[in-house]
Formats: sequence, C-alpha cells, structure tokens
Amino acid sequence: MGAQVHGTQEFNESKRAEIEFSDEAMATVQKLISNYPEGKQKSALIPVLHVAQAEFDGWLSPEVMDYVASILNIKAIEVFEVASFYSMFNLKPVGKCVFEVCQTSSCWLNGAEDIIKYIEKKLNIKVGETTKDGLFTLKVAECLGSCGTAPMLQCGASYHEKLTYEKVDRLIDSYKAEGKRRSYTDKDYKNTL
Amino acid sequence: MARKLLIQNDQVPGINTLEVYRAQGGYRSVEKALKTMVPDQVTEEVKKSGLRGRGGAGFPTGMKWSFLAKPEGVPRYLVCNADESEPGTFKDRYLMEKIPHALIEGMITASYALGARTSYIYIRGEYFYVARILENAIKEAYEAGWLGRNILGTDFSHDCYVQVGAGAYICGEETALLESLEGKRGNPRIKPPFPAVAGLWGCPTVVNNVETIAAVCPIVNMGGDEYAKIGVGKSTGTKLISASGHINKPGVYEIELGLPVEEFIYSDAYCGGIRNGKSLKAVVAGGSSVPILPAHLILKTAAGEPRLMSYESLSDGGFQTGTMLGSGGFIVMDEDTSIVKNLFTFTRFYHHESCGQCSPCREGTGWMEKVLKKFLNGTAQESDVDLLWDIQRKIEGKTICPLGEAAAWPVAAAIRHFKEEFLEVARSKKFVDISHYERLNKQYAS
Ligand SMILES: Cc1cc2nc3c(=O)[nH]c(=O)nc-3n(C[C@H](O)[C@H](O)[C@H](O)COP(=O)(O)O)c2cc1C
Ligand code: SF4
Ligand code: FES
Repeated sequence: MGAQVHGTQEFNESKRAEIEFSDEAMATVQKLISNYPEGKQKSALIPVLHVAQAEFDGWLSPEVMDYVASILNIKAIEVFEVASFYSMFNLKPVGKCVFEVCQTSSCWLNGAEDIIKYIEKKLNIKVGETTKDGLFTLKVAECLGSCGTAPMLQCGASYHEKLTYEKVDRLIDSYKAEGKRRSYTDKDYKNTL
Repeated sequence: MARKLLIQNDQVPGINTLEVYRAQGGYRSVEKALKTMVPDQVTEEVKKSGLRGRGGAGFPTGMKWSFLAKPEGVPRYLVCNADESEPGTFKDRYLMEKIPHALIEGMITASYALGARTSYIYIRGEYFYVARILENAIKEAYEAGWLGRNILGTDFSHDCYVQVGAGAYICGEETALLESLEGKRGNPRIKPPFPAVAGLWGCPTVVNNVETIAAVCPIVNMGGDEYAKIGVGKSTGTKLISASGHINKPGVYEIELGLPVEEFIYSDAYCGGIRNGKSLKAVVAGGSSVPILPAHLILKTAAGEPRLMSYESLSDGGFQTGTMLGSGGFIVMDEDTSIVKNLFTFTRFYHHESCGQCSPCREGTGWMEKVLKKFLNGTAQESDVDLLWDIQRKIEGKTICPLGEAAAWPVAAAIRHFKEEFLEVARSKKFVDISHYERLNKQYAS
C-alpha cells in the first residue's frame, strides 16, 4: 500500500511497517476519499479515523495518526486536533469491548446510575477503567438518542436498550464468549431492545 | 384519526427496502418535481406549505431556500443535519432507521429545487449502524436510477453521500457541522457570512434537519396549500415528537401540530399518561435546551388557555411562563423527580459539549456544573441559587453560537419555576454520593 502514502511530514519508516491498513481497509479509505471533490480529501478525516481506530486495536496512537496524516496528505497536527476533539476517538488503549452507558436526563430518570454502579461492581472496575483481562472498558456517554428505550448502552456499533441487571449479565456473558474487538464500524452489529 | 405524512408506513414489513417503499408510493415527489416542475416551483410549494425547520429553531424552510446564493459556475450543496444529539431527541434516528428512503427521496427532491449536484448527510458517529442503513438505501437508489446521472432521463444529476461524525453535540450547530464535514474540529463559525452564501468549502449551502427534508416529499405530492391546511396557524403540518421519561408509552409519535399537550401526555394514542399512577411534576417539551415547565404551565398557558403542541402555543408567555417546541424531544417527569439533579445532568452535558471558543460558555458551563454539584453533595448555601442565576445571565447573548444560551436557559427556567426546591435542597444539607461524577470528570479530562 506504500504507493498511496504521500505524506509531507516526517514519517518513521520503521513504524510504518507495522502500521498499514489491510487491503480491505485501504479500499474503504479510498472510497471515502472519493466522496469529496478533488483536493478536499481532508474532509474524509473523521470517517478515516474511524476505520483506523477499528483497524489498530481500538485507539489512535501517535503513530496511527501520523499514518492517517500521510494518507490524506495533511499535517499530523491537523489529525491530532480532530482526534482529540471528538469523544468517540480513544487516544489511549481500551478494552476489546467498550461499554458506553448513557447518563443524561431520560436515562438518569430511568435508572442509568444504578446500571452504571451495577456494571462497575460486576466488572470490578470504575468508570474510565479497563478490566485486567483487557476485555471490557467502562465509559459513560451523553444522550445517545435512545431516550424512549432508556436506560441504554452502546458497545461498538450495537445499541443495547431497555437495560436491566439481568440484561447486563447476559450482555457481558455474550461479549465474553465472543471475545472479539467491537468497533463502531462493525457491520455485524447486534442491537438488542 | 390524526393525519400522518412521514411515518404512516413505519409498520409495513420491508419498508426499509426500495421495493416496498416504492410500492407504498415512494419517490413520487421526485417524479413529479423533475418531470412537471421547474426548481423554483418546488421552492414555491415549500414556501406555501409554511414548513418550518424541524431541527429546533423553526426557521421557515422556503425562505431559507430562497436565500441561497446562486453565483454562476459555483457548486451549491444541500447538507442534511442528522447529528441529532439534543438530549431527549430520537425522532430522526427512528425515521432514518425505519424508512431510510423517505430521507433519500427528500434529499433528491430538495436538491433539485436548490440546484445542488451533490448532497451530504452528516450523521452523528454513534448512529454508525443507521449510517449503514442509509448507505444501503442510497445504493438501492443508484441501482434504480433515482440517483446518479440524468435522473428519469432529465438533465438533473445528483450524488448523495453519508458522512459520520465522531461524538460532539456541537456539530449539530450548522456551521460547526460544516467545519466537521471539512475534516476539522467542530468549532462554530462567526456569522455572517451565513451558509447560504459561504457554507461547505465556501460554497452556497443549505443545511436542513432530517425531518425537514423528509417533509418536502408530502409537500410536493399534495401541494403546499394542502399541507398548510394541516396544523394550526403558522404551525403547519405534522411533527415528529420523541417522548421519554416517566410515561407509560415512550416512543416517537407523529402529531398534527396543534394537538393539546394534555391529550398528548394522557391519551393512549400517545404517551398514555404518567407511569405507576404518579402525578405529573414537570415537562421539558422540546429537548434539553428549552425551558422546563411545571405541570400547571405545560397543560395550560398563564392565561388559562389549553396549551397546544405548536410553535406559538408552547412559547406563549415567553420565557416567563412558556417554553419552545424545539426539536420535539419531550421529557416527562413525575412527582418524585429531583429538578435539581435533572438540571445537573443537563448542565454537565453542556459543559462537556462546549467547544471552548467563548469564555462565557466554556467557563460558565463549568462553573454552573460545580455549583450544582454543591447542591448534590450537601454543601450548597441558599445564596448559591442567586449565584447560579447570575452566572447563567452572564452567558446569554455573549457567545458565538447558541450553545451558550442552550446551557443558560434550562438553569434559568429551573430556578424560575422551582426556586423553593433549590432552597430546600440547600437547607437540608443532604449528602448524595457523587463520587461517581468525580470519576466521570476524570474520564473526560483524559
Ligand atoms: C448547539 C446546537 C445543536 C444543534 N443540534 C442540531 C441537531 O442535532 N440537529 C438539527 O437538525 N439541528 C440542530 N441544531 C440547529 C442547526 O443549527 C440548524 O438550525 C438546523 O440544522 C437547520 O435545519 P432546519 O431549518 O431544517 O431545522 C443545533 C443548534 C445548536 C446551536
Ligand atoms: S457558545 Fe460555546 S459551543 Fe458555541 S462557539 Fe462559543 S464556546 Fe463554542
Ligand atoms: S438520555 Fe440516554 S439516550 Fe437520551
């Protein structure tokens, strides 16, 4: 894929060897870039960062951001500026399954706090932490547009709504059994209502 | 039976596919517009319809379209605002997920009116799976010739793309959205220039909400005059309301504007009354940004008139005794709800979502969150109520974009209508465990 790399900034050659999109991901990236007029490839930055986050272990390391900059032919700082602004981009490593529990008004009215505390106890971590086995990270989120089916959590692309303790148990069991990384870009999302 | 124009077919099996959508009469507005109308006629029908923006501000759509600059040789864009992040709002998600072609059809018809060769649907990143549904619909539309070159054999060609965001409420503000679409941080732009003159990549651009764009289809099909007969006064047509909170039947309802609020809350056709036989305490009628109203003021205006679900009736009495229709995010609270704590969740939200460009918003939202936290951990003084009032007043009108106001209004309204509750909480010195929230702040700081 080296041919697509036209970066202007310095790029660490030794690291690039490890950080390279698969052919499939690169095809997605090229398609995303083609959604915008000639010369406006920077517009693809956010969608491309989503692809990168899914490709490279669920977070955006400085090396990954440099790599994205080189592909879009923009400065590394332009990537960092954006990656650090948006809450869906992780700038630190996270577990394979990131639980994001909505904590805003309608969810709070419907017991989101209890759900958050329950998950903390069950996984033996606090909000913002990752389980020792690297499987789960617990986060809180602001209104995710499921207020009518509150409380809810998002994991990767999947929405899990109308949460109860039992349902949380089941979710944790099934993600454990699956044991695979869950990303926003997943095509095999499994919403549960 | 109330009329529905947007989600009347939401229960038809397979309505998410082009085949079923078409069989139900879908894409007729594209046929009618492209084959029998010139673009300005479409805009004229939208003007006649009285349609007002469904994203929250309620600006007349036809008028917005007629402001679009049309310099020779410069591309124009239609951008759909599918960022839907206002707490309490989930109507656009419902529409896009159930009937994706309703939006795609609207994008084509509206783009024809505006002379836009290209359009973008900017959808919040959390709705990634909805973006996939839209992309499938777009693919089907291309295959059937509704998108692409020379649609229906006419001169009109159109391409429509979906772009996902990445978690930032502020990107629902139209100029922040355009920045984000250009691959930047979502910092709102100083207006003027307005997007109609200099929008996406500096080109003339119309930004409209999902529901606004979908409403263009029935307007073109039935004609603007017919559409304007639905509703009440200047609140024409139907509106999607997303109802949540302590009600028996939360969900998305399409109502004719002008429906009495009381009927909406208590009728089994809608919210079905308050859960567990409790009584109504308060309602946030149009998403977290609009003033909260206590039960007696949401059901009746200060003058004793029944309150209606319309732009005018909900705002009757101004902010003293009224509120706004806003985004249609209708949050209902029962008698046991702590107004102080609910307000805290809103204020924390705005603090987290402030883009940080303007000091009054960046600092003010954080300060209000801190003061509200004192009410929760039992350290607030009675005088903190006045402090909160003072802070919110210093934000309003002093910022680049309306997020500052959106953060200030809920605080003002909660104090205006529930001051006694704030004072009581301050006097009680009751300690609520908020270590939880301290941890959350740590998460955000990282
Ligand atoms: C902080 C903020 C957030 C907003 N969020 C949204 C949103 O999520 N969806 C939306 O359609 N409009 C939102 N708006 C309103 C848009 O700026 C704009 O007015 C709207 O997209 C215009 O479309 P309409 O005329 O069809 O309503 C928001 C405004 C502000 C100030
Ligand atoms: S009011 Fe707040 S969100 Fe809006 S531009 Fe200023 S700091 Fe950013
Ligand atoms: S408040 Fe939780 S999804 Fe809206």
